[in-house]
Amino acid sequence: MHFHPLTEDDKQKMLEDIGVSSFEDLLKGIPSSLRNPRIGVREAVSELEIQTLVRGLANVNHSAHDYLSFLGAGSYEHFVPSAVSEVTRRNEFYTAYTPYQAEASQGTLQAIYEFQSLITELTGLDVSNASHYDGSTSLAEAVLLSVRHTDRLKVLVSRAVHPHYRQVIQTYLRGTPYSMVEFGFGEDHAFDRAQFESLLTPDVAGVVFQTPNFFGVLEDLEGVSDKVHENGSLLILTGNPLAMAVLRSPGEWGADLAVGEGQPFGLALQFGGPYVGYFSAVRSLMRRVPGRLAGLTVDAEGKRAFCLTLQAREQHIRRERAASNICTNQALCALAACAHMTLLGKEGIREVAALNMDRADYLRGKIAGLGGFKVLRDQPIFNEFVIRTEKPFDLLEKKLLEKKIFPGVPLEPFYPELKNQFLVCATETKTREHLDTFVRELASC
Amino acid sequence: MLISPCSQLSFEKSRPGRRGASLPKDYCDKSKGLETVPDKFRRKRALVFPEMTEPEVVRHFVQLSKKNFSIDSHFYPLGSCTMKYNPKINEWAAGLEGFAKVHPLQPQSTAQGILQVCYELEQDLREITGMKRFTLQPAAGAHGELTGMMLVRAYHEALGQTKRRKVLVPDSSHGTNPASAALYGYHVVELKSNARGRVELKTLLEHLDDEVACLMLTNPNTLGLFEEDIVKVAEAVHQKGGLLYYDGANFNALLGIARPGDMGFDIVHLNLHKTFSTPHGGGGPGSGPVGVSERVVPFLPGPLLDKQGEVYVLRDAGPKSIGRVKSFYGNTGMLLRAFVYIRSLGLAGLKKVSEDAILNANYLKEKLKKIFPIAVDEPCMHECVLSIRNYKAQGIHSGDIGKRLLDFGIHAPTVHFPLVVEEALMIEPTETESKETLDRFVKTMEIIAEEILQDPDKLLQAPHTLPIRRPDEVLAARKPVLSYRDQLRERILLAEGVPG
Repeated sequence: MHFHPLTEDDKQKMLEDIGVSSFEDLLKGIPSSLRNPRIGVREAVSELEIQTLVRGLANVNHSAHDYLSFLGAGSYEHFVPSAVSEVTRRNEFYTAYTPYQAEASQGTLQAIYEFQSLITELTGLDVSNASHYDGSTSLAEAVLLSVRHTDRLKVLVSRAVHPHYRQVIQTYLRGTPYSMVEFGFGEDHAFDRAQFESLLTPDVAGVVFQTPNFFGVLEDLEGVSDKVHENGSLLILTGNPLAMAVLRSPGEWGADLAVGEGQPFGLALQFGGPYVGYFSAVRSLMRRVPGRLAGLTVDAEGKRAFCLTLQAREQHIRRERAASNICTNQALCALAACAHMTLLGKEGIREVAALNMDRADYLRGKIAGLGGFKVLRDQPIFNEFVIRTEKPFDLLEKKLLEKKIFPGVPLEPFYPELKNQFLVCATETKTREHLDTFVRELASC
Repeated sequence: MLISPCSQLSFEKSRPGRRGASLPKDYCDKSKGLETVPDKFRRKRALVFPEMTEPEVVRHFVQLSKKNFSIDSHFYPLGSCTMKYNPKINEWAAGLEGFAKVHPLQPQSTAQGILQVCYELEQDLREITGMKRFTLQPAAGAHGELTGMMLVRAYHEALGQTKRRKVLVPDSSHGTNPASAALYGYHVVELKSNARGRVELKTLLEHLDDEVACLMLTNPNTLGLFEEDIVKVAEAVHQKGGLLYYDGANFNALLGIARPGDMGFDIVHLNLHKTFSTPHGGGGPGSGPVGVSERVVPFLPGPLLDKQGEVYVLRDAGPKSIGRVKSFYGNTGMLLRAFVYIRSLGLAGLKKVSEDAILNANYLKEKLKKIFPIAVDEPCMHECVLSIRNYKAQGIHSGDIGKRLLDFGIHAPTVHFPLVVEEALMIEPTETESKETLDRFVKTMEIIAEEILQDPDKLLQAPHTLPIRRPDEVLAARKPVLSYRDQLRERILLAEGVPG
């Protein structure tokens, strides 16, 4: 077996040293009724055969590799500099353990510290953790933080927050004393201010908005943080962190917590994971932040050193009194995001954000001019927007798939009232020719 | 603070005007997009981001990587963490564009390849564990545990059993067990282990009442010992209407040898990053699929994956489902790696994994117990636990031995667990280590044991040869500096002094 070095000779010697006559003697503690289960797993195949098999399965999929894709909705196709995977494929990073032994993990710890630094810059909040599983779970943890911090029972969530994220919050709150109440959005796909304000009662722990929201629209949150804070609640913002490079950051909107999905930074679509959740907070909530935190310190000789810190919040110290049960972060994904952001740099990240806005705005303008399709022309957006069609979406999608185009994500499964509406996304990966092709093919549907 | 060039941050290496990525210059319409967004939506706050060229960025991260231990360069006898070799074919597979560029919301008919991978992985995990169905959604072991607790609650609620507020956890358990149960609002009751490190049936029966929702067990437990009474334990818990939860952190001991499903477990989480060889990544991404017995199936999170004829279909779970626990379908990149691993090994190979892991652990136990006392001197499964409590006079703790091992190029064993053993060193060699490596480790432990008596300071000051000496964790916690912005605020700049 090519991963298992013990030879028959080794085993014989080892059994002798242990002082047993056969391997079975080591398993005497296991009741015989449990031994030798019948297991229907196929026999091994060689690496060569696996390569063929796996390549075959990969080829069964269609993807942004062979299709022109306008899919977004929480998972985005972006340009990734080649150097990113060179970094993440370093064995010393991807086959390392969690950095409990700081002396043997300075690479990982410094990278996490830099990731935290980049995230706090983007969100404009004081503290970032080492990352979380993904955007949805990061948001659910933020909601839990808000109910614990305020000792209140209710969380208000905009219906323009990613449907999966709302479902995950619902799951996390199910069976607890806490509940989630949603406020709607209007014809303009922006949150319904009147409804939000009417639901902002004294029992509200936290209020969740997404911007750019699920429909791609930039939410006007002017005055929101004052209202939320006057009510003694926490303002939780989620949204695409790439947008924060040029658009008003959560910190500038007055958020207490900014959490969400970091996939746009260097992570493959990979059918939905692994991605990387970001989690950032104002300083007053620092000790309630779940998950790992890397901090700066000095070693015994006064040299700069990094270590995991504020571990008194964590499960391996506090057990049932921990702030959260999580132990891993998504370290390697955070590393990819860190390398990606570092390569883009101060100017590059702004340019990528601006290119996204350019592509999406151009596409929206073109589609506005097409008969049979409607878009909201004047809403400020980032890289996504909604198209309403007079034709059944299924039919339209079928036709476009034949042209090797993924037209976008239908909204009806998430919002039954939004029939024949779909969310399209155009990132910097799309050229003007791509966009024109899409418009032409849409027109011919 | 002394700062060597290789511990400078990217932010500190940054020089205005440098670029690290080349981007398209052509805009569709430069006067639109960002330009037309109303002022109130724009960022005003300056963005302090590094400015570096590609070669500088690459050198920066390569230099960082060199400060890490990793399984590809070092031996990790790290108990309960299963630091085994991560086959390279797994990485190759996950990098294929036909997988890497599949969008989670594209039509299912265009994603049949990855759906087939997930489906077949679920079938394999069912067979290997003896469970009825799996959800592949949870992103990590702890996330799987949380999902498990939600399933426990949903199950009892459906039966109208709202009184069941207690979760029993042995005192030898992983910290995540009580943390997961408590996070989800359960009252955690700790069970005292017996002198042989196992759950005592009598103790269990004393605590079992109609308020118990479930018993969480790791089997083999954190001492590396098989819970011999497991069948009776399961019967007792079930008789009182409770559920049995299996923490799969130590499942590397049981592949093809025994199945949690046959033992009577109702909910099982696996750590694909332990048993099924997906890389630890320096602390994630992991993957924590959860398998359940027949009666818990209706409560599984959705979507679930079925095969209808020749077509793989993701469908919503039924009305009793606890709901979604993560966006999309889980860490499919890790699921793909685990699928490839299982195909690479086949049934015989999987059995060999556990056999060799058990043999390696027993061999180490036999050799090491001549150096340090063993917690429970019986045949172990995949790991064993030593105790260093006899060296109090020298002021030596188990953690000091871990630090000294680093100087010999060996990662420290686990020292936080189990709590039932004073000054524990938990050692798990895994099956991918050779006898030569184990012998070298034993030799090193002999040298260290000698050093404790001759020169304890050598341990207390260790490590001596790594990029840093022991970090001042008290300072880090007393005055947290968690980002470059904190440094700017606290004026901890390159040229300036030690913080605090």
